[in-house]
Amino acid sequence: MHVLDKTQMERLEAKAVNSAKTRQPLYAPRKKIFPKRASGSFRRFKWLVMAITLGIYYLMPWLRWDRGPFAPDQAVLIDLANRRFYVFFIEIWPQEFYYVAGLLMMAGIGLFLITSTVGRAWCGYTCPQTVWVDLFLVVERGIEGDRNARMKLDAGRWTARKLVLRVSKHAIWLVIAAATGGAWILYFADAPTLIGDVFNGTAASVAYVTIAVLTATTYTFGGLMREQVCTYMCPWPRIQAAMLDENSLTVTYNDWRGEPRSRHAKKVQAAGQPVGDCVDCNACVAVCPMGIDIRDGQQLECITCALCLDACDGVMNKLGKERGLISYATLSDYNANMAVATAGGSGPVNPSLVRTADSTFSARLAHFHIRKIFRPRTSFYMGAWTAVGLALIYSLLTRDRLEINVLHDRNPQFVTLSDGSIRNGYTVKLLNMIPEPRTIVVTMQGLQGAEMSVVGSDLPAARFFAIAVEPDRLNMLKVFVRQPADEVRHAAQTFKFRVEDRASFESDEYTATFNAPEIAR
Amino acid sequence: MSSEHIDEVSGISTTGHEWDGIRELNNPLPRWWVITFYITVAWAVAYTIAYPAWPMLSSATKGVLGYSSRNAVKIELAAAEAAKGKYVAAIQQKTVSEIAADDALREFAVAAGGATFKVNCVQCHGSGAQGSKGFPNLNDDDWLWGGTTEQIQQTIAHGIRFASDPDTRQSEMPPFGDIITPEQIAQVGAYVASLSGKVQDASLIEPGAKVFAENCVACHGDNAKGNKELGAPNLTDAIWLYAPGETAIAVQVRAPKHGVMPAWIGRLGETKVKELAVYVHSLGGGE
Repeated sequence: MHVLDKTQMERLEAKAVNSAKTRQPLYAPRKKIFPKRASGSFRRFKWLVMAITLGIYYLMPWLRWDRGPFAPDQAVLIDLANRRFYVFFIEIWPQEFYYVAGLLMMAGIGLFLITSTVGRAWCGYTCPQTVWVDLFLVVERGIEGDRNARMKLDAGRWTARKLVLRVSKHAIWLVIAAATGGAWILYFADAPTLIGDVFNGTAASVAYVTIAVLTATTYTFGGLMREQVCTYMCPWPRIQAAMLDENSLTVTYNDWRGEPRSRHAKKVQAAGQPVGDCVDCNACVAVCPMGIDIRDGQQLECITCALCLDACDGVMNKLGKERGLISYATLSDYNANMAVATAGGSGPVNPSLVRTADSTFSARLAHFHIRKIFRPRTSFYMGAWTAVGLALIYSLLTRDRLEINVLHDRNPQFVTLSDGSIRNGYTVKLLNMIPEPRTIVVTMQGLQGAEMSVVGSDLPAARFFAIAVEPDRLNMLKVFVRQPADEVRHAAQTFKFRVEDRASFESDEYTATFNAPEIAR
Repeated sequence: MSSEHIDEVSGISTTGHEWDGIRELNNPLPRWWVITFYITVAWAVAYTIAYPAWPMLSSATKGVLGYSSRNAVKIELAAAEAAKGKYVAAIQQKTVSEIAADDALREFAVAAGGATFKVNCVQCHGSGAQGSKGFPNLNDDDWLWGGTTEQIQQTIAHGIRFASDPDTRQSEMPPFGDIITPEQIAQVGAYVASLSGKVQDASLIEPGAKVFAENCVACHGDNAKGNKELGAPNLTDAIWLYAPGETAIAVQVRAPKHGVMPAWIGRLGETKVKELAVYVHSLGGGE
């Protein structure tokens, strides 16, 4: 056997991926984030969105909408006890729940549309988690002060002052959380009545349980967990990867003009080194509610709230440089500009390449144009969204407010009467879906010679009858249809129950089967 | 083995246990977990004091709250009975026709009677009360013993040909095979069949009518419309308890079958019998 000596052994260039020296622990304790107050146009926009969304949420149940004496006057009401769903002028019965399914589809496609166009705008501006965290941060700042004061307070020993500040902060959070849970239940019953009942202690236990659960979740998610909900609990950051493409606007740190960053730009410049616009002031990091550094590039944790954009613009203004070192940009523009700044990727970023001699930006730089929003992908989302919306509107405008449903008795299917005639029983359900009483006419079409009689009424047997139906209710009748023996044609004949409102010209039909024994023919 | 060993990577002391170089880190349990654990322990102890828990020789400890699942059921049943109470009381007071005339009472009686029917009556009359050969269909408008609510109540309460009930409905058709000739039986069968349908040999009808007049009119009546006092069926209609057709009729004339229905009053009590009567009356054929 030929034996190799040590020097002949091949040495593999391998490094243990999970070597004990470099291994990361699976669990890392949370590091607290103390977001600094930002100011700027995006912050103002976020205040506005916050005011609108919270306003809608807290005030909607108090809006009134007159529907006449036979229906509740709350504009938005999910009446679970009576199985009705009121949204302004629309009333939905349980069997019309597909409208809600349609709205959910629109919400889903709308989310795709928005994300593929302007990135995670939902996350950054309108997601309840973001809005409530923002609200809780307002409280925190109001009581404990801005970033530095809060960090100092947090690091300091427990003193009477710290205790007072902390207790009052959490107390206000709990009040907000309770109001959030309290507003939720108002969508399910008459708000003024229910709020009185809640304070009297006479409301249903489910109301208190709901308030308690939502208070707990709001307080925990908005006050205690904050960014962890987005990073660890929410699936959307994972899904967004499929929604974003190189033409989606996202909050971007433009390293092509920022790098190489330096805190001592003048010194570095004097030494003849290239220097970018970023002065490494960390303002973008300090305001970030997610605790990330946008200069690391696109990342899962970024909710694109654009507060770093505001912070950086403020700094750039002070330094007399162009705004937009952090900006909404697409990946394709960013890549194009990076290619300019690195001379086609041949070296590190050289900020002088993106500027002309008089230090304005080079004409070769790519800029976002509104045209880029209209792409096949966004057009498809827009088309699908519009199609679902139009279908919903169409079906809403043409839906029946008068319906008839018929259940044929199956046991027995038919009864032979003493004169040989055949009788079938039907459970007829008349749905008057408007909140007004009306008189409707039920007629039979087909089934020669047959007549119907309504059980429990003294109406004579006939081929039609008129009946008063209650407002917004289902009337259930037991109807016997009787056909003389010599008119019976088949063992199974079909005929129609037709219901019509002769005042509004609404009508509906139901095709029913009439069974007879074979022998009766 | 030293009692204190610090893990190099994490800087956390280990428990001192080692398995083939694998050491167990001595991480303390999270505070919230420990507190929750002690709360559950306290909860469990409190629970066994508050509720029936520890098995003793004959039963378990009662628990200071005095809870018992048997009592809970009793309370629920009592509540259900109380909810029905006002209807049941009214049903006890009123006659069946009064019940049938009152919308709310009728609705209650039909529901309650329907439930009783499903348990006690479907074995013979079928789950849809449609009956079968020898067991009357209760949906139709042909009644052997009368189809008013009171007559139905009487039938249900005391049964038909139910020997141990003195008030039972009683009647018996004699076996005519011993009384008239087979030829006469064929003739009367053809006659009776002709009253509601076609027969093969029309020549039998006339002599059959004579046989009928001599033997059958006492119970079934001159026009063969039957007699509900005697439970004698109407022979002119389209409904046949056993089977239609002259042959089947002849069989019944020669050696009649007689159904028996038990008396239900002893088993179900008056209230349930009333509810049943209203239910059966509501099926579509009540008179």
